[in-house]
Amino acid sequence: MYPSQTRFAGDLFAEFDGLQRHLEQLLGLRGMPSSIRAAGRGAFPAINMGSTEEAVEIYAFAPGIDPAKVEVSVDKGLLTISGERAVDTPEEGEKVSVYAQERFTGSFKRVVSLPEDVDTLKVDASYRNGVLKIVIPKREASRPRRIEVRE
Amino acid sequence: METKQRTEPRATQQQAAPLVPPVDIIETADGITVRADLPGVSKENLSIDVDGDTLTLEATVNLGEAANVQPLYAEVRVAQFRRSFVLGSDLDTDKVNAGIRNGVLTIQLPKREQARPRKISVRAE
Repeated sequence: MYPSQTRFAGDLFAEFDGLQRHLEQLLGLRGMPSSIRAAGRGAFPAINMGSTEEAVEIYAFAPGIDPAKVEVSVDKGLLTISGERAVDTPEEGEKVSVYAQERFTGSFKRVVSLPEDVDTLKVDASYRNGVLKIVIPKREASRPRRIEVRE
Repeated sequence: METKQRTEPRATQQQAAPLVPPVDIIETADGITVRADLPGVSKENLSIDVDGDTLTLEATVNLGEAANVQPLYAEVRVAQFRRSFVLGSDLDTDKVNAGIRNGVLTIQLPKREQARPRKISVRAE
């Protein structure tokens, strides 16, 4: 095989990624403000948060982790996700060559602030296809309601 | 009479560039293993193609989220992954093996028999 070629491809992609990041920074991330707790792009795991009428859904993109070893906690309106991703790359040796090692390994911790209207006593977390999904229902009082008008 | 403007906002119609998944590439005596992080991708939303000597992996993220979800904050804004590699002729493209588990794709690219390392004995003259 041609290790120099594999390396070249990887570096080129990394460079494009860096360029894209730089551009996004210049352009203010397409208008969306970033969270103070998001340590730039490339933090592991990446987090998306969405809201429905009933609940707040948080998606942590954490492929290849053991869900039993992930810790999810909520304290004072902050959601913390921490854990560790084991190294699954063999050591480089006489018969093993490693051409690219871009995937995250080691321990991670991400903190996101939650909207104020959630009920943190009812947090549900599930792991599927490498995505940790956390659903926190909204408090009854903050859900949209229809108010009947009396005669 | 004014002519109606036909300039469509093309930039907004264009799809955002797909994400480049991070990979590990390891070579052993038997072949090359590629591992790629594809969170939110299941077997059904993944395609691996070998065209000539180019291997391309394409995938779509499916989170199964509720239809009425409003984004509050997003670090992942593109739902597509794509990455290509140029393979050497020493790899047997007919025997490529791939599997995805917990959002990690593993592709095994075995070497052709004749490309595997052999010890060449030196004859004494």
